[in-house]
Amino acid sequence: MRKLLLAMTAALATTAMTGLAHAQMEKVKACFIYVGPIGDFGWSYQHHQGLLAVEQALGDKVETAYLESVPEGADSERALERFARSGCNIIFTTSFGYMDATNKVAGKFPDVKFEHATGYKREHPNVSTYNARFYEGRYIQGVIAATMSKAGTAGYIASFPIPEVVMGINSFVLGAQSVNPDFKVKVVWANTWFDPGKEADAAKALIDQGVDIITQHTDSTAPMQVATERGIKAFGQASDMIKFGPETQLTSIIDNWAPYYIKRVQAVLDGNWEQVDVWAGMKEGEVVMAEYTNMPDDLKAKAAEIEAKIKSGEFHPFTGPITKQDGTEWLKAGEVSDDGTLLGMNFYVKGVDDQLPQ
Amino acid sequence: MIRLELTRRPQHSALFSLVSPLLALALTLLAGVILFTWLGKPPAAALYSYFIEPLTEMWSLHELAIKAAPLIIIAVGLCVCYLSNNWNIGAEGQFLMGAIAGSALPVLAPQFANGATLPLMILCGMIGGAAWAAIPALLKTRFNANEILTSLMLVYVAQLFLDWLVRGPWRNPQGFSFPGTITFNEFALLPELMPASGRANLGFVFALVVAVLVWFLLTRTLKGFEVRVLGQSPRAGRFAGFSPAKMTVFAFLVSGALAGLAGISEVAGAVQHLNEKLSIGYGFTAIIVAFLGRLNPLGAVVAGLLLALTYLGGEAAQISLGISDKIARAFQGALLFFVLACDTLIIYKIRLSFGGRRATGSV
Repeated sequence: MRKLLLAMTAALATTAMTGLAHAQMEKVKACFIYVGPIGDFGWSYQHHQGLLAVEQALGDKVETAYLESVPEGADSERALERFARSGCNIIFTTSFGYMDATNKVAGKFPDVKFEHATGYKREHPNVSTYNARFYEGRYIQGVIAATMSKAGTAGYIASFPIPEVVMGINSFVLGAQSVNPDFKVKVVWANTWFDPGKEADAAKALIDQGVDIITQHTDSTAPMQVATERGIKAFGQASDMIKFGPETQLTSIIDNWAPYYIKRVQAVLDGNWEQVDVWAGMKEGEVVMAEYTNMPDDLKAKAAEIEAKIKSGEFHPFTGPITKQDGTEWLKAGEVSDDGTLLGMNFYVKGVDDQLPQ
Repeated sequence: MIRLELTRRPQHSALFSLVSPLLALALTLLAGVILFTWLGKPPAAALYSYFIEPLTEMWSLHELAIKAAPLIIIAVGLCVCYLSNNWNIGAEGQFLMGAIAGSALPVLAPQFANGATLPLMILCGMIGGAAWAAIPALLKTRFNANEILTSLMLVYVAQLFLDWLVRGPWRNPQGFSFPGTITFNEFALLPELMPASGRANLGFVFALVVAVLVWFLLTRTLKGFEVRVLGQSPRAGRFAGFSPAKMTVFAFLVSGALAGLAGISEVAGAVQHLNEKLSIGYGFTAIIVAFLGRLNPLGAVVAGLLLALTYLGGEAAQISLGISDKIARAFQGALLFFVLACDTLIIYKIRLSFGGRRATGSV
């Protein structure tokens, strides 16, 4: 017990000293806080894969710790404070709901670096924010869905009407309409990020309404399994879900946080960590498409071609002409949406068969 | 057929009433040693980080107070309900409605920021919780509807109502369409007790005050006597001139108001704005706290602190030893199991019966 206390005191002392100068460090402690269980095979699972990649890349120069299933209320602030006090040098807070807690604790521990995923508040110089351009993958999914679907309608299991999710739906629709201008998307709001039961019910309801492709912005593998039972195709989410639907999965958008996490932990080691606001995509390797499967070869080639164009910057999914759902013009021909509009997106484009919950 | 039967003991052993919690703790520790050894973790260090580490630092004690306060406040109210034989399972909903009612002022009228803001919010919060609890009470007294079902189902109504508010009309216009209201102004926040050492707020003081008040009510007043008599024997209560219907309304109003107080204290204290993730089941956990405290308001204080400690300890064990969140929860479950099992064995004795009829007096 005394050893533990000693270790903690030593860790605290190290944290205090690192603040004195932007010196290089021998060893860094990187800590991660997850909103779900690391076994969700979705959002939290992928962040944890990032942690494992950091361990692999930096070896004995890094020590890691994580907390899973931390609720986003008053508990997250305590968990972060405990991390900061236990000697973490850099803390990744991997859910939007940790935003206020991250900024509050960051104010108290100016020597600890904080990295908040998907948020927009950077109230202190030791808080960075990062996110990934998942909509790039959604566009490709839309192209594949419209080519593969016989019904001309896809089902979309959505979590919450926040800009991230609305942006994904719109990008999917735009991709689909590039193949079939009359393509329709039906949306079901599951009002959860992770609830296999609800997600499965949503998938069944959509299939009963006649959709023959399922895509999801929730984290469990349940929709994939329902699609397999009913013999239709589906897209995975967040991780490669091919083993849950070897005959079903067309592709999956894989959240690959590893490059960013390794870079940021390395920066702390090198003593040159600085505040950033990063929104990286396919080009940086943060958004990765799982192998294109269960589709004809020419479609595979087409998907790969669009992927290459997005990577090179030649193509942006939100390029005009784009009309909003209410019929008004959003982007003129050739005009590309700015990031600000995307990040605050609260409207549908034409072709979404749903009323956006307001 | 062999059957296990619980038979009520004619009298409780005073000695074992005292020893039982200690015995439960010893059994929990033993279970912990087995569990952690089996997982290949050093059991002493694991138990240390579970039960001692959170108590060794000042900031952590503050966090303990924050975590325990809503549990205690709700559980104290539930004691009144359960002692009077009214089964309010919906404290979670009353907690949320209290939070909503109390938040209306700083969200809708942020410019009204002065010394009266906080007292008004707390008053509204208590009224909100009490009003929500009044629904199952009236349904029970008027229509004889089962209050377990009605109070539980109103939880979901409250959750969805909160969800709708923070995504819709009460959403922070500067919040990029994310759910949640604006952050409250400083007059709408509960003062921190000792800001120098941590963020514990007035909510914990509320918890202690209501525990003492309700304890006094239950043990030293005629109303408290009425609660007990009607709880144990409604018929005897009626002979004494007590009205079970009035008692139902009273118990629900008290526990609803306290759940509402816990709700507004949580928003105005630790969270500082209203969002849809406000509660992680405080209203349900408080049911465990109430029974763990043997339906005694002062016992609820101890039980609330103990349960809060297991949450903090679970985190500490995750960080320092990499013990999974699931194991931490299983261990928490083991603790509750042993405490309640030991208590049950004080009141009942176990008998093996071989066939035949049930013994009289068994349950």
